[in-house]
Amino acid sequence: MKYLSSLLATTGLVVFFFILSGCNQSGQQSGALSSDVASQVYVPPGQYDEFYAIVSGGFSGQLSVYGLPSGRLFRVIPVFSVDPEKGYGFNEETKPMLNTSHGFVPWDDAHHPELSQTNGETDGRWVFINGNNTPRVARVSLKTFETEDIIELPNSGGNHSSPFTTENTEYVVAGTRFSVPIPQKDVEIASYAENFKGALSFIKVDPETGHMSIAFQVLMPGFDYDLAHAGKNNSHGWMFFTSYNTEEQNSLLEVNASQNDKDFIAAINWKKAEEYLAQGKFKELPTSYVHNYWDEEKQMAVSETINSVKVLDPSECPDMVYFLPTPKSPHGCDVDPTGEYIVGAGKLSTDLTVHSFTKMLKAIDEKNFDGDRYGIPVLNYDATVAGVVKEGGLGPLHTEFDGKGYAYTSFFISSEVTKWKIGTWEVVDRIPTYYSIGHLMIPGGDTKKPDGKYLVALNKITKDRFLPTGPELCQSAQLIDISGDKMKLLLDFPTVGEPHYAQGIAASKVVPNSKQFYKLSENKHPYMTPSEKDGRVERKGNEVHVYMTCIRSHFAPDNIEGIKVGDKVYFHVTNLEQDFDVPHGFAVLGAQNAELLIMPGQTETLLWEPKNEGVIPFYCTDFCSALHQEMQGYVRVSARNANTALRWWTGANPEM
Amino acid sequence: MKSIALKFILFALVMAAFSACGSDSNAGAPASKPKPKSMLADEPDPMNDKGIGPVTEVKLDPEVDQELAAKGKEIYEKMCTACHKPEEKFIGPPQKGVLERRTPEWVMNMILNPEQMVKEDPIAKKLLMEYNGSPMANQNLTEEEARAVLEYFRTL
Repeated sequence: MKYLSSLLATTGLVVFFFILSGCNQSGQQSGALSSDVASQVYVPPGQYDEFYAIVSGGFSGQLSVYGLPSGRLFRVIPVFSVDPEKGYGFNEETKPMLNTSHGFVPWDDAHHPELSQTNGETDGRWVFINGNNTPRVARVSLKTFETEDIIELPNSGGNHSSPFTTENTEYVVAGTRFSVPIPQKDVEIASYAENFKGALSFIKVDPETGHMSIAFQVLMPGFDYDLAHAGKNNSHGWMFFTSYNTEEQNSLLEVNASQNDKDFIAAINWKKAEEYLAQGKFKELPTSYVHNYWDEEKQMAVSETINSVKVLDPSECPDMVYFLPTPKSPHGCDVDPTGEYIVGAGKLSTDLTVHSFTKMLKAIDEKNFDGDRYGIPVLNYDATVAGVVKEGGLGPLHTEFDGKGYAYTSFFISSEVTKWKIGTWEVVDRIPTYYSIGHLMIPGGDTKKPDGKYLVALNKITKDRFLPTGPELCQSAQLIDISGDKMKLLLDFPTVGEPHYAQGIAASKVVPNSKQFYKLSENKHPYMTPSEKDGRVERKGNEVHVYMTCIRSHFAPDNIEGIKVGDKVYFHVTNLEQDFDVPHGFAVLGAQNAELLIMPGQTETLLWEPKNEGVIPFYCTDFCSALHQEMQGYVRVSARNANTALRWWTGANPEM
Repeated sequence: MKSIALKFILFALVMAAFSACGSDSNAGAPASKPKPKSMLADEPDPMNDKGIGPVTEVKLDPEVDQELAAKGKEIYEKMCTACHKPEEKFIGPPQKGVLERRTPEWVMNMILNPEQMVKEDPIAKKLLMEYNGSPMANQNLTEEEARAVLEYFRTL
């Protein structure tokens, strides 16, 4: 018994120490499953994350907004694809946003979000993103987290090397992935080398309104332009684009475009281009493309068609474009925070090629050329290269920077991130990713001032990482701590669609500007209903306009008679609330589009075309108050030739 | 037998250790202590209840400021009539004679700070239930606008 009690005492003591150490882990020596890792990503209920991560939705055509380090999803922003949840592309106000020269296009493949910058730092105003398939660039407001501007790109194939911004968002670029005949025409595909060109568009961004316009295009040889990044500090004024298929092949590119030992990074001196533009050395090419923008006052998208674009031909504009030979079909084109180094990731190799901006200028100065392509000087490879990162891994794709002298490169084939030192080019650390990483992102990691605390790996394949959901599995992001010498995996989280690139920004740069509601007094929507007493129904032939209001928890009018089969009924619903977080929804039975989701102070319009006689209910879809379930109404639909009087009311029934 | 007992004790101790850690990590979360109160017992004389919010004192001139009241009427019609009618019960109560039932401070706080009022002010809490839980919407009026609306109520 004595023995037992002493044993118990000892055991108790051991367990006690175990408790202490269990509760107070130092966090240095632990692996991925220990509780200190959990605490690094744990954001307690009710508290904010430190960063926003704005992640592309790939073939969903959307952008999603997460918090870091928690990986919590806050919002999916519809950009290039319709979104019935928010009525985007279904209500009359946003339909014009998806207009193109091909008509209404309800989908795209969105790859690269890029934040607006001021002095080379993210400024929290806007995020841009490219539409790859029907070439477009969109601008999303970080006040409202809504799409405000979409511009189509003429003379372009897939808009892939896009939309990378210059230091003060002077330009957002859009380089074509697929070269095409310019202008488009019916020619033999085999006439590629003769007829095909690659357009690199420079989109001007109005610093006040954010409105985009195409300033000029540089007409390049018919290569595939892959990715881009702008110069910084001394290299401000230059834009760098990677290219592949310098073989100018049009079939079985997987083999045929992998022949040349070196392709090019195209260095475009856009300040020089501006000089040529001012001198009138451009051609005005007739074309047709669409620019759509959100009219803030009228609260609706406006679509306009533009019929010409200014183009610059490098062979006629000396000193504007140079080629930097870069091995093995370079993909990522990343410029370090100082602006001195341009990193080309030869995706078919194991190495990274780092060019020096200073050496590039020297080579240009000394005319140290290796011939030219279509009149564009090709710089001597040895003259521009600062260093090569050897054996980083297999299939290098993209590089971001931590602002502390290190770079981080994703390797697709070997599924890993490699950390290397700028200047010595030595690999200092590596960490596996699960699986097949594409892009990677450090908040501010492509700007002059990275926040080098976290890195997010954006993975194409998840296989066994999450519960299976049939044949289609989620893609994922992985959060990696890069604050110490060794990278440390903290968290996996699934993403909406395929995450290509992402951007991160300190929450403190965005939160203070976040819009809470729209002021009714500023609502200049042509079908706005300022108060309940202004609610009414107007008929113009077979077009019926319902001026309706909503507030917790009723619509006005909520009873309508005199609608006829064959009418086009426009419900213009104004949300009279003037408070944070009180949207109302509106849905009517048989509507062939979607619901409305109306923010406080806004007006939205749903088109409804009743097919049959009857009394049809409508209701609020967004739970708004304890009496939300009472927020409903009826529309009486009569036969085409009926003479039911047009009447409407709320509350007491009218005199019968 | 002894070893089974020991294992059991160890197990219990380890469990205790886990739960100790568990409660530790919850220590940061604020403990909410609901205070059950009798609504009636707490209810003050309405003419002494100034409500909860930014307005602590309103001095009413014996003379109604007609210009201010007209401005208040305009604001009331634009921002309030979706739920209120001056002289009859609608979604919310009527405003006619409200200053015989409530203090001017209470009225302005109800306009400017309705979320907290319906949670914490005993009269507002009771009104919320009387009107079927229909919330008093915060229409984000400025203090000047709410003051104008109050002046309009004096003319009803």
